[in-house]
Amino acid sequence: MKILTLNFLTCARKACKAEPAAFPLHPRDAELEIVEAELNTEFLRNVLPRVEWEALRVVTEELGLPSLPNVAPEPDAIFPAASTAAAATANETPANPAPTQLLQDLHHLLLETTILSGKLVCGNCGHEYAVKEGIANFLLPSHLV
Amino acid sequence: MLPTPSTSHVSFDNVYEPAEDSFLLLDTLSSPSETAFLHEKFNNSSADHSEETTQNSSVPLVLEVGTGSGVVLAFVAANANAILGRKDLLTLGTDINNFACRASAKTVQTAITEAPNISSHGYFLGVVNADLTSSIRPASVDILIFNPPYVPTAELPSLSLHDDYNRISYENKTTIFERDSHLLSLSYAGGVDGMEITNKLLEQLPDILQPERGVAYILLCAQNKPNEVKERVRLWGSSWAVKTVGYSGKQAGWEKLQVIRIWKKPSLGDKCPIAGKDPSV
Repeated sequence: MKILTLNFLTCARKACKAEPAAFPLHPRDAELEIVEAELNTEFLRNVLPRVEWEALRVVTEELGLPSLPNVAPEPDAIFPAASTAAAATANETPANPAPTQLLQDLHHLLLETTILSGKLVCGNCGHEYAVKEGIANFLLPSHLV
Repeated sequence: MLPTPSTSHVSFDNVYEPAEDSFLLLDTLSSPSETAFLHEKFNNSSADHSEETTQNSSVPLVLEVGTGSGVVLAFVAANANAILGRKDLLTLGTDINNFACRASAKTVQTAITEAPNISSHGYFLGVVNADLTSSIRPASVDILIFNPPYVPTAELPSLSLHDDYNRISYENKTTIFERDSHLLSLSYAGGVDGMEITNKLLEQLPDILQPERGVAYILLCAQNKPNEVKERVRLWGSSWAVKTVGYSGKQAGWEKLQVIRIWKKPSLGDKCPIAGKDPSV
Protein backbone atom coordinates (compact mmCIF):
# COMPACT_ATOMS: atom_id res chain seq x y z
CA MET A 1 0.00 0.00 0.00
CA LYS A 2 1.08 3.53 -0.77
CA ILE A 3 1.87 6.20 1.81
CA LEU A 4 -0.98 8.18 0.27
CA THR A 5 -3.35 5.33 1.18
CA LEU A 6 -2.86 6.19 4.87
CA ASN A 7 -4.58 9.49 4.13
CA PHE A 8 -7.84 7.59 3.65
CA LEU A 9 -7.62 5.01 6.43
CA THR A 10 -8.54 5.06 10.08
CA CYS A 11 -8.94 2.64 12.97
CA ALA A 12 -11.65 0.05 12.24
CA ARG A 13 -13.06 0.10 15.78
CA LYS A 14 -16.39 1.87 16.05
CA ALA A 15 -15.38 3.56 19.30
CA CYS A 16 -12.40 5.18 17.54
CA LYS A 17 -14.26 6.54 14.50
CA ALA A 18 -15.00 9.97 15.97
CA GLU A 19 -11.67 10.28 17.82
CA PRO A 20 -9.13 12.62 16.22
CA ALA A 21 -6.31 10.46 17.62
CA ALA A 22 -7.43 7.53 15.43
CA PHE A 23 -6.10 9.36 12.36
CA PRO A 24 -3.57 8.92 10.93
CA LEU A 25 -2.63 5.35 11.75
CA HIS A 26 1.01 5.17 12.77
CA PRO A 27 3.30 2.86 10.82
CA ARG A 28 5.63 0.74 12.94
CA ASP A 29 8.40 -1.69 11.93
CA ALA A 30 7.59 -0.81 8.35
CA GLU A 31 9.47 -2.35 5.48
CA LEU A 32 9.31 0.07 2.57
CA GLU A 33 9.68 -0.46 -1.11
CA ILE A 34 10.16 2.13 -3.82
CA VAL A 35 8.13 1.54 -6.95
CA GLU A 36 9.11 4.08 -9.55
CA ALA A 37 6.34 6.02 -11.22
CA GLU A 38 6.29 8.74 -13.82
CA LEU A 39 6.05 12.24 -12.41
CA ASN A 40 2.58 13.63 -13.07
CA THR A 41 2.40 17.29 -12.12
CA GLU A 42 -1.27 17.66 -12.90
CA PHE A 43 -2.15 14.69 -10.73
CA LEU A 44 -0.17 16.00 -7.77
CA ARG A 45 -1.72 19.42 -8.16
CA ASN A 46 -5.20 17.90 -7.81
CA VAL A 47 -4.31 15.39 -5.11
CA LEU A 48 -2.64 17.81 -2.70
CA PRO A 49 -5.87 19.57 -1.70
CA ARG A 50 -7.02 16.15 -0.43
CA VAL A 51 -3.94 15.46 1.67
CA GLU A 52 -4.06 16.15 5.40
CA TRP A 53 -0.66 17.81 5.62
CA GLU A 54 -0.12 17.39 9.34
CA ALA A 55 -0.98 13.68 9.17
CA LEU A 56 1.36 13.21 6.24
CA ARG A 57 4.12 15.07 8.05
CA VAL A 58 3.75 12.88 11.14
CA VAL A 59 3.74 9.64 9.14
CA THR A 60 6.77 10.75 7.13
CA GLU A 61 8.68 11.48 10.29
CA GLU A 62 7.70 8.18 11.90
CA LEU A 63 8.93 6.31 8.86
CA GLY A 64 12.28 8.07 9.20
CA LEU A 65 11.93 9.71 5.80
CA PRO A 66 13.26 13.22 5.06
CA SER A 67 11.00 15.61 6.94
CA LEU A 68 8.38 17.81 5.32
CA PRO A 69 7.81 21.51 6.01
CA ASN A 70 5.72 22.12 9.15
CA VAL A 71 3.04 23.93 7.21
CA ALA A 72 1.58 22.87 3.87
CA PRO A 73 3.42 24.86 1.19
CA GLU A 74 1.52 27.13 -1.14
CA PRO A 75 0.96 25.67 -4.63
CA ASP A 76 3.33 28.32 -6.03
CA ALA A 77 6.15 26.87 -3.98
CA ILE A 78 5.53 23.38 -5.32
CA PHE A 79 4.57 23.85 -8.93
CA PRO A 80 6.83 25.44 -11.52
CA ALA A 81 5.97 29.02 -12.40
CA ALA A 82 5.08 28.44 -16.07
CA SER A 83 1.71 26.91 -15.30
CA THR A 84 0.32 23.93 -17.15
CA ALA A 85 -2.57 26.10 -18.29
CA ALA A 86 -0.48 27.66 -21.02
CA ALA A 87 0.86 24.28 -22.06
CA ALA A 88 -2.57 22.68 -22.07
CA THR A 89 -4.19 25.28 -24.30
CA ALA A 90 -1.31 25.38 -26.75
CA ASN A 91 -1.87 21.99 -28.32
CA GLU A 92 1.79 21.58 -29.11
CA THR A 93 4.72 20.20 -27.23
CA PRO A 94 4.46 21.99 -23.91
CA ALA A 95 7.60 23.65 -22.69
CA ASN A 96 7.89 21.69 -19.47
CA PRO A 97 9.58 23.69 -16.76
CA ALA A 98 11.88 21.68 -14.53
CA PRO A 99 9.92 20.31 -11.54
CA THR A 100 10.76 21.86 -8.21
CA GLN A 101 12.60 19.80 -5.62
CA LEU A 102 9.55 19.86 -3.37
CA LEU A 103 7.39 18.49 -6.19
CA GLN A 104 9.85 15.67 -6.78
CA ASP A 105 9.99 14.91 -3.06
CA LEU A 106 6.21 14.77 -2.76
CA HIS A 107 5.97 12.57 -5.83
CA HIS A 108 8.53 10.20 -4.36
CA LEU A 109 6.85 10.14 -0.97
CA LEU A 110 3.20 9.92 -2.01
CA LEU A 111 3.35 7.89 -5.17
CA GLU A 112 6.55 5.87 -5.16
CA THR A 113 6.93 4.82 -1.54
CA THR A 114 4.95 1.74 -0.54
CA ILE A 115 4.60 -0.14 2.74
CA LEU A 116 5.37 -3.79 2.12
CA SER A 117 5.01 -5.08 5.65
CA GLY A 118 4.82 -3.92 9.23
CA LYS A 119 2.07 -2.63 11.47
CA LEU A 120 -0.35 0.27 11.53
CA VAL A 121 -1.10 1.41 15.06
CA CYS A 122 -4.16 3.38 16.20
CA GLY A 123 -3.17 6.44 18.22
CA ASN A 124 -6.40 6.23 20.19
CA CYS A 125 -6.83 2.60 21.26
CA GLY A 126 -3.38 1.25 20.46
CA HIS A 127 -4.70 -1.59 18.31
CA GLU A 128 -2.13 -2.88 15.84
CA TYR A 129 -3.11 -3.83 12.30
CA ALA A 130 -0.68 -6.07 10.46
CA VAL A 131 0.50 -5.32 6.92
CA LYS A 132 1.71 -8.33 4.97
CA GLU A 133 2.80 -8.34 1.34
CA GLY A 134 1.39 -4.86 0.95
CA ILE A 135 -2.08 -5.72 2.28
CA ALA A 136 -3.24 -4.32 5.61
CA ASN A 137 -5.55 -6.51 7.69
CA PHE A 138 -8.28 -4.47 9.40
CA LEU A 139 -10.40 -7.40 10.51
CA LEU A 140 -11.05 -7.20 14.23
CA PRO A 141 -11.50 -10.03 16.70
CA SER A 142 -15.22 -10.23 17.51
CA HIS A 143 -14.89 -8.71 21.00
CA LEU A 144 -13.51 -5.48 19.50
CA VAL A 145 -16.01 -4.95 16.69
CA MET B 1 -17.35 -0.47 -25.79
CA LEU B 2 -14.67 -0.27 -23.14
CA PRO B 3 -12.52 -3.38 -22.62
CA THR B 4 -13.24 -5.74 -19.70
CA PRO B 5 -10.17 -6.12 -17.47
CA SER B 6 -8.48 -9.51 -17.46
CA THR B 7 -8.97 -11.74 -14.41
CA SER B 8 -7.23 -14.78 -15.88
CA HIS B 9 -4.75 -14.91 -12.96
CA VAL B 10 -7.51 -15.25 -10.33
CA SER B 11 -8.32 -18.58 -8.69
CA PHE B 12 -12.09 -18.79 -8.62
CA ASP B 13 -11.99 -21.60 -6.05
CA ASN B 14 -12.16 -18.98 -3.31
CA VAL B 15 -12.74 -15.65 -5.07
CA TYR B 16 -16.05 -14.69 -6.71
CA GLU B 17 -15.86 -15.06 -10.47
CA PRO B 18 -17.14 -12.10 -12.52
CA ALA B 19 -20.72 -12.86 -13.52
CA GLU B 20 -23.86 -11.17 -14.75
CA ASP B 21 -23.94 -8.83 -11.73
CA SER B 22 -20.34 -7.69 -12.23
CA PHE B 23 -20.99 -7.04 -15.92
CA LEU B 24 -24.16 -5.11 -15.14
CA LEU B 25 -22.04 -2.78 -12.99
CA LEU B 26 -19.54 -2.31 -15.84
CA ASP B 27 -22.34 -1.62 -18.31
CA THR B 28 -24.07 0.78 -15.95
CA LEU B 29 -20.95 2.76 -15.06
CA SER B 30 -20.06 3.18 -18.74
CA SER B 31 -23.63 3.81 -19.97
CA PRO B 32 -24.26 7.17 -21.68
CA SER B 33 -26.54 8.36 -18.87
CA GLU B 34 -24.09 7.51 -16.06
CA THR B 35 -21.01 8.86 -17.81
CA ALA B 36 -22.98 12.08 -18.47
CA PHE B 37 -23.91 12.26 -14.77
CA LEU B 38 -20.37 11.52 -13.60
CA HIS B 39 -18.77 13.88 -16.11
CA GLU B 40 -20.95 16.68 -14.85
CA LYS B 41 -20.00 15.96 -11.25
CA PHE B 42 -16.30 15.24 -11.65
CA ASN B 43 -15.03 16.44 -15.02
CA ASN B 44 -12.28 18.93 -14.41
CA SER B 45 -11.84 20.38 -17.87
CA SER B 46 -15.14 22.20 -17.91
CA ALA B 47 -16.88 23.46 -21.03
CA ASP B 48 -15.11 26.74 -20.52
CA HIS B 49 -11.71 25.98 -22.01
CA SER B 50 -10.66 29.60 -22.21
CA GLU B 51 -8.45 29.85 -19.13
CA GLU B 52 -8.68 28.61 -15.56
CA THR B 53 -7.74 25.07 -16.53
CA THR B 54 -5.58 25.07 -13.46
CA GLN B 55 -8.62 25.53 -11.22
CA ASN B 56 -9.41 21.84 -11.19
CA SER B 57 -11.50 20.09 -8.62
CA SER B 58 -9.54 17.78 -6.37
CA VAL B 59 -8.92 14.17 -7.41
CA PRO B 60 -11.96 11.95 -6.72
CA LEU B 61 -11.57 8.80 -4.62
CA VAL B 62 -13.35 5.68 -5.86
CA LEU B 63 -13.84 2.96 -3.27
CA GLU B 64 -15.06 -0.48 -4.21
CA VAL B 65 -16.37 -2.46 -1.24
CA GLY B 66 -15.95 -6.20 -1.69
CA THR B 67 -13.70 -6.12 -4.74
CA GLY B 68 -13.71 -9.91 -5.32
CA SER B 69 -11.75 -10.46 -8.53
CA GLY B 70 -11.27 -6.69 -8.87
CA VAL B 71 -12.86 -6.54 -12.31
CA VAL B 72 -15.12 -3.56 -11.51
CA LEU B 73 -12.50 -1.41 -9.79
CA ALA B 74 -9.98 -2.21 -12.53
CA PHE B 75 -12.52 -1.18 -15.15
CA VAL B 76 -13.05 2.21 -13.53
CA ALA B 77 -9.33 2.74 -12.91
CA ALA B 78 -8.36 1.92 -16.49
CA ASN B 79 -11.17 3.94 -18.06
CA ALA B 80 -11.21 6.99 -15.80
CA ASN B 81 -11.25 9.41 -18.68
CA ALA B 82 -14.17 7.75 -20.48
CA ILE B 83 -16.25 7.29 -17.33
CA LEU B 84 -15.50 10.46 -15.37
CA GLY B 85 -14.09 12.79 -17.95
CA ARG B 86 -10.83 13.22 -16.10
CA LYS B 87 -7.54 11.41 -16.15
CA ASP B 88 -6.71 11.65 -12.48
CA LEU B 89 -8.49 9.31 -10.12
CA LEU B 90 -7.68 7.53 -6.88
CA THR B 91 -8.88 3.95 -6.53
CA LEU B 92 -9.09 1.92 -3.32
CA GLY B 93 -10.70 -1.42 -2.52
CA THR B 94 -11.72 -3.44 0.51
CA ASP B 95 -12.58 -7.11 0.81
CA ILE B 96 -13.12 -9.37 3.80
CA ASN B 97 -11.42 -12.19 1.88
CA ASN B 98 -7.64 -11.92 1.88
CA PHE B 99 -7.39 -13.99 -1.31
CA ALA B 100 -9.72 -11.55 -3.03
CA CYS B 101 -7.56 -8.63 -1.84
CA ARG B 102 -4.50 -10.12 -3.49
CA ALA B 103 -6.34 -11.11 -6.64
CA SER B 104 -8.02 -7.74 -7.09
CA ALA B 105 -4.83 -5.78 -6.44
CA LYS B 106 -3.25 -7.67 -9.31
CA THR B 107 -6.29 -7.19 -11.55
CA VAL B 108 -6.27 -3.42 -11.03
CA GLN B 109 -2.51 -3.10 -11.46
CA THR B 110 -2.58 -5.13 -14.67
CA ALA B 111 -5.48 -3.14 -16.09
CA ILE B 112 -3.73 0.14 -15.34
CA THR B 113 -0.43 -1.00 -16.84
CA GLU B 114 -2.15 -2.25 -19.97
CA ALA B 115 -4.38 0.80 -20.39
CA PRO B 116 -3.67 2.17 -23.87
CA ASN B 117 -3.02 5.72 -22.72
CA ILE B 118 -0.75 5.91 -19.70
CA SER B 119 -2.11 9.29 -18.67
CA SER B 120 -5.76 8.31 -18.77
CA HIS B 121 -6.01 5.97 -15.84
CA GLY B 122 -6.56 6.04 -12.15
CA TYR B 123 -3.93 5.91 -9.47
CA PHE B 124 -4.27 2.72 -7.43
CA LEU B 125 -4.02 3.06 -3.65
CA GLY B 126 -4.35 -0.66 -2.95
CA VAL B 127 -6.85 -3.09 -1.47
CA VAL B 128 -7.22 -3.55 2.28
CA ASN B 129 -8.54 -6.62 4.04
CA ALA B 130 -11.50 -5.16 5.90
CA ASP B 131 -15.18 -5.52 6.72
CA LEU B 132 -17.11 -3.16 4.40
CA THR B 133 -15.96 0.45 5.02
CA SER B 134 -14.88 -0.04 8.65
CA SER B 135 -11.31 1.16 8.08
CA ILE B 136 -12.09 4.02 5.69
CA ARG B 137 -11.81 7.60 6.87
CA PRO B 138 -15.24 9.26 7.17
CA ALA B 139 -16.40 11.72 4.48
CA SER B 140 -13.60 10.72 2.12
CA VAL B 141 -15.28 8.65 -0.60
CA ASP B 142 -16.51 10.36 -3.78
CA ILE B 143 -17.73 7.26 -5.61
CA LEU B 144 -18.56 4.05 -3.76
CA ILE B 145 -19.32 0.85 -5.66
CA PHE B 146 -20.80 -2.24 -4.01
CA ASN B 147 -21.77 -5.58 -5.50
CA PRO B 148 -23.02 -7.11 -2.26
CA PRO B 149 -23.68 -10.65 -1.15
CA TYR B 150 -27.34 -10.33 -2.15
CA VAL B 151 -28.65 -13.91 -2.19
CA PRO B 152 -31.28 -14.55 0.51
CA THR B 153 -29.98 -17.24 2.89
CA ALA B 154 -31.20 -18.72 6.17
CA GLU B 155 -28.25 -17.20 7.97
CA LEU B 156 -25.02 -15.31 7.37
CA PRO B 157 -21.74 -17.26 7.23
CA SER B 158 -20.21 -17.64 10.68
CA LEU B 159 -17.01 -15.65 11.09
CA SER B 160 -15.73 -17.72 14.03
CA LEU B 161 -13.11 -19.47 11.89
CA HIS B 162 -12.59 -16.62 9.44
CA ASP B 163 -9.13 -15.71 10.73
CA ASP B 164 -7.92 -19.26 10.13
CA TYR B 165 -9.58 -19.56 6.74
CA ASN B 166 -8.29 -16.14 5.72
CA ARG B 167 -4.68 -17.33 5.91
CA ILE B 168 -2.89 -18.27 2.81
CA SER B 169 -2.01 -21.93 2.92
CA TYR B 170 -3.37 -25.22 4.10
CA GLU B 171 -1.96 -28.70 3.62
CA ASN B 172 -5.12 -30.60 4.22
CA LYS B 173 -7.53 -30.99 1.28
CA THR B 174 -10.66 -31.17 3.43
CA THR B 175 -9.67 -27.96 5.15
CA ILE B 176 -8.95 -26.27 1.82
CA PHE B 177 -12.44 -27.23 0.68
CA GLU B 178 -14.00 -25.87 3.87
CA ARG B 179 -11.94 -22.70 3.61
CA ASP B 180 -12.91 -22.08 -0.01
CA SER B 181 -16.61 -22.78 0.67
CA HIS B 182 -16.52 -20.32 3.54
CA LEU B 183 -14.78 -17.61 1.52
CA LEU B 184 -17.12 -17.99 -1.44
CA SER B 185 -20.19 -17.92 0.82
CA LEU B 186 -19.10 -14.47 2.02
CA SER B 187 -19.39 -13.25 -1.57
CA TYR B 188 -23.03 -14.26 -2.04
CA ALA B 189 -24.83 -15.07 1.25
CA GLY B 190 -26.95 -12.09 2.27
CA GLY B 191 -29.16 -13.43 5.09
CA VAL B 192 -32.77 -12.21 5.41
CA ASP B 193 -34.02 -10.88 2.04
CA GLY B 194 -30.37 -10.99 0.98
CA MET B 195 -30.11 -7.56 2.61
CA GLU B 196 -28.29 -8.05 5.92
CA ILE B 197 -24.87 -7.01 4.61
CA THR B 198 -26.25 -4.35 2.26
CA ASN B 199 -28.18 -2.82 5.16
CA LYS B 200 -24.94 -2.54 7.13
CA LEU B 201 -23.31 -0.77 4.19
CA LEU B 202 -26.30 1.56 3.80
CA GLU B 203 -25.95 2.50 7.46
CA GLN B 204 -22.29 3.44 6.89
CA LEU B 205 -22.95 5.34 3.67
CA PRO B 206 -23.92 8.80 5.01
CA ASP B 207 -20.73 8.92 7.11
CA ILE B 208 -18.35 7.59 4.53
CA LEU B 209 -19.44 9.54 1.43
CA GLN B 210 -17.95 12.92 0.68
CA PRO B 211 -20.71 15.29 1.87
CA GLU B 212 -20.97 17.44 -1.27
CA ARG B 213 -20.32 15.21 -4.24
CA GLY B 214 -20.52 11.64 -2.90
CA VAL B 215 -22.23 9.01 -5.07
CA ALA B 216 -22.83 5.30 -4.44
CA TYR B 217 -23.67 2.53 -6.90
CA ILE B 218 -25.20 -0.54 -5.28
CA LEU B 219 -26.37 -3.68 -7.03
CA LEU B 220 -29.62 -5.30 -5.90
CA CYS B 221 -31.59 -8.36 -6.96
CA ALA B 222 -35.39 -8.62 -7.08
CA GLN B 223 -35.55 -10.54 -3.77
CA ASN B 224 -33.84 -7.59 -2.06
CA LYS B 225 -37.09 -5.64 -2.62
CA PRO B 226 -35.38 -2.74 -4.36
CA ASN B 227 -38.39 -0.44 -4.14
CA GLU B 228 -38.42 -0.76 -0.35
CA VAL B 229 -34.68 -0.12 -0.25
CA LYS B 230 -35.13 3.05 -2.27
CA GLU B 231 -38.01 4.19 -0.05
CA ARG B 232 -35.79 3.78 3.00
CA VAL B 233 -33.03 5.86 1.45
CA ARG B 234 -35.55 8.64 0.71
CA LEU B 235 -36.26 8.78 4.45
CA TRP B 236 -32.67 9.97 5.01
CA GLY B 237 -33.86 13.43 4.06
CA SER B 238 -34.32 15.78 1.16
CA SER B 239 -30.60 16.20 0.50
CA TRP B 240 -30.42 12.56 -0.67
CA ALA B 241 -31.56 11.15 -3.97
CA VAL B 242 -31.86 7.58 -5.21
CA LYS B 243 -32.60 6.16 -8.63
CA THR B 244 -32.38 2.87 -10.51
CA VAL B 245 -29.79 3.42 -13.24
CA GLY B 246 -29.14 -0.08 -14.62
CA TYR B 247 -31.17 -3.25 -15.19
CA SER B 248 -30.60 -6.74 -16.45
CA GLY B 249 -32.28 -10.10 -16.76
CA LYS B 250 -35.86 -9.14 -17.32
CA GLN B 251 -38.08 -12.09 -16.33
CA ALA B 252 -41.83 -11.85 -16.86
CA GLY B 253 -41.69 -8.10 -16.42
CA TRP B 254 -39.52 -8.27 -13.30
CA GLU B 255 -35.97 -6.96 -13.28
CA LYS B 256 -33.76 -9.70 -11.91
CA LEU B 257 -30.85 -7.40 -11.13
CA GLN B 258 -30.59 -3.65 -10.90
CA VAL B 259 -28.07 -0.99 -9.94
CA ILE B 260 -29.26 1.88 -7.81
CA ARG B 261 -27.43 5.17 -7.58
CA ILE B 262 -27.59 7.03 -4.25
CA TRP B 263 -26.20 10.55 -4.18
CA LYS B 264 -26.15 13.86 -2.37
CA LYS B 265 -28.02 16.54 -4.24
CA PRO B 266 -26.24 19.90 -4.50
CA SER B 267 -27.79 22.05 -1.79
CA LEU B 268 -30.60 24.18 -3.14
CA GLY B 269 -29.15 27.35 -1.69
CA ASP B 270 -26.16 27.08 -4.00
CA LYS B 271 -27.93 26.60 -7.28
CA CYS B 272 -31.37 27.95 -7.85
CA PRO B 273 -31.31 29.52 -11.28
CA ILE B 274 -35.00 30.43 -11.44
CA ALA B 275 -35.97 33.25 -9.13
CA GLY B 276 -39.08 32.61 -7.09
CA LYS B 277 -38.64 28.83 -7.20
CA ASP B 278 -36.59 28.69 -4.05
CA PRO B 279 -38.54 26.18 -1.96
CA SER B 280 -37.14 27.66 1.24
CA VAL B 281 -38.99 30.92 0.60
